[in-house]
Amino acid sequence: MIKIENLTKSFNNHKVLDGLNLTIEKGRTTVIIGRSGCGKSVLLKHIMGILTPDRGRILINEKDITKLDEKGLNLVRLKMGMLFQGGALFDSLNVLENVGFALIEHRHLCGNELFLRVKESLRLVGLEGVEDLMPSELSGGMKKRVALARAICINPEIILYDEPTTGVDPISADAINELIKELQRKLKITSVAVTHDMNSAYKVADRISMLYNGKIIYSSSPEEIKNTDNPFVHQFINGLSRGPITEEDEWTINPK
Amino acid sequence: MLNWLKKIGKSFSIFFYFFGGLGVLFLLCLRYCFTRPFEFKRTLNFAKRSGSDSLPIVSLISFFLGLIFGLQIAYLMQRLGSEMYIASIVALSMVRELGPVITALVVAGRVGAAITAEIGTMQVTEQIDALKTLAYSPIKYLALPRLIALSLMLPLLTVYANLLGILGGYIICVYRLGITSRMYLNITFDAIMFKDLFSGLLKTIFFGMIIAITSCYHGFKAKGGAEGVGRATTNTVVTSFILIIVADCLFTALFYFAFP
Ligand SMILES: Nc1ncnc2c1ncn2[C@@H]1O[C@H](COP(=O)(O)OP(=O)(O)O)[C@@H](O)[C@H]1O
Ligand SMILES: [Mg+2]
Repeated sequence: MIKIENLTKSFNNHKVLDGLNLTIEKGRTTVIIGRSGCGKSVLLKHIMGILTPDRGRILINEKDITKLDEKGLNLVRLKMGMLFQGGALFDSLNVLENVGFALIEHRHLCGNELFLRVKESLRLVGLEGVEDLMPSELSGGMKKRVALARAICINPEIILYDEPTTGVDPISADAINELIKELQRKLKITSVAVTHDMNSAYKVADRISMLYNGKIIYSSSPEEIKNTDNPFVHQFINGLSRGPITEEDEWTINPK
Repeated sequence: MLNWLKKIGKSFSIFFYFFGGLGVLFLLCLRYCFTRPFEFKRTLNFAKRSGSDSLPIVSLISFFLGLIFGLQIAYLMQRLGSEMYIASIVALSMVRELGPVITALVVAGRVGAAITAEIGTMQVTEQIDALKTLAYSPIKYLALPRLIALSLMLPLLTVYANLLGILGGYIICVYRLGITSRMYLNITFDAIMFKDLFSGLLKTIFFGMIIAITSCYHGFKAKGGAEGVGRATTNTVVTSFILIIVADCLFTALFYFAFP
């Protein structure tokens, strides 16, 4: 279980997360929705321990990761995987070395054993025979899938997905959604996905939470959220350009 | 007046922040230096790559520098009628000063800029963050091998640059002024004492560290896409040039007063 309490983070006096509280259940898929630039990636990076909060706690299996030193943090990170928005594959390494990075560096695997583990991860994301390619030779969608293979290669208990379906063609997007569901069903992986793609959110989520103005303003099951009477959530999930979210924007630009 | 003070205060804080950052990065590298796994393979790979990358331009510049320097000294020495000194002047200035500094500046421009561009690109495309999520320290993975490789590579490149510079002077003296080859070499090796070689090479180890730490620092601090990486690369070249010259000044003064 991941429990986030009163998480606050500012960059140059700009408050991105402002006292955020969220509980993510074990073995379920939680989707966090929100507009671009509202701090979704920042939230995920806090859960991974890449960013340190100004205030607040993040408990992963009852352990506060914001208090850990690097060694402790690395032990926690080896149980987690993260898929970055742009893939973030290492350009100087080929697909085999990228996907098997943690196996090579931490488990000291090499040769055939490594190759089989990498091949298995790649097969799970629907790729074959790409082990020797460099990241620059892959298309955007393939990069994302290789990055996903890298995240699942060490059999993590928790996977964080940063916009898994953005920038991927609809068919691959659906395959990624299926994969997220399958991993959760078969391996009981705890998943946290952030996205603004509502199709994907409805498809994979056990629970959907909305991030707005640095806080989680709404949390419910996918069925409930469709019939919500919260005007902010209603505007976002139906993709309306008029509504309270954009009204507030105009108000902040031209304060009366 | 207050504004003025604020401005000074701000530049001071930037100054200390920068040097603090370099210092912290250096100390972290030292700490990771002694934790397993040791980065032998990556260090060796980087040393090979940076050495072979800089070899052509170091050769070109030091050879022509020796040639030009030989000619300029010849002009003066012919007027004074003491051509015999050309060999020792070329040798001493190459070994003590020109070889180390020119090599360091060339490597800062060639390798340092490339390091910043590489690490900066990794930073803005979240590869550095990805490294952390895979439980590997980016400082250990990227900065440490570069620090060790450059502080070993720079003395080697400098020895090579010294030899080519002396060859440049040799060509002027032997083919232009008719000094015999044997005599030129004798004078050269008589002139160079151990302390000259030592003081020249010792400082290149520090120049190597300066280049590695400055370029990694700017790379890790890069933000804001391609433009940010470009800016970081420029900053690397400018700051490492300044730091090399300042460090050289300090070392020269130190050796001058310590080993007169
Ligand atoms: N390292 C950083 N330094 C400064 N500002 C940042 C940094 N990371 C994110 N931000 C700011 O935080 C806000 C949220 O960014 P992000 O989490 O990437 O949004 P998104 O919800 O689209 O993923 C943005 O305004 C961005 O400018
Ligand atoms: Mg994002």
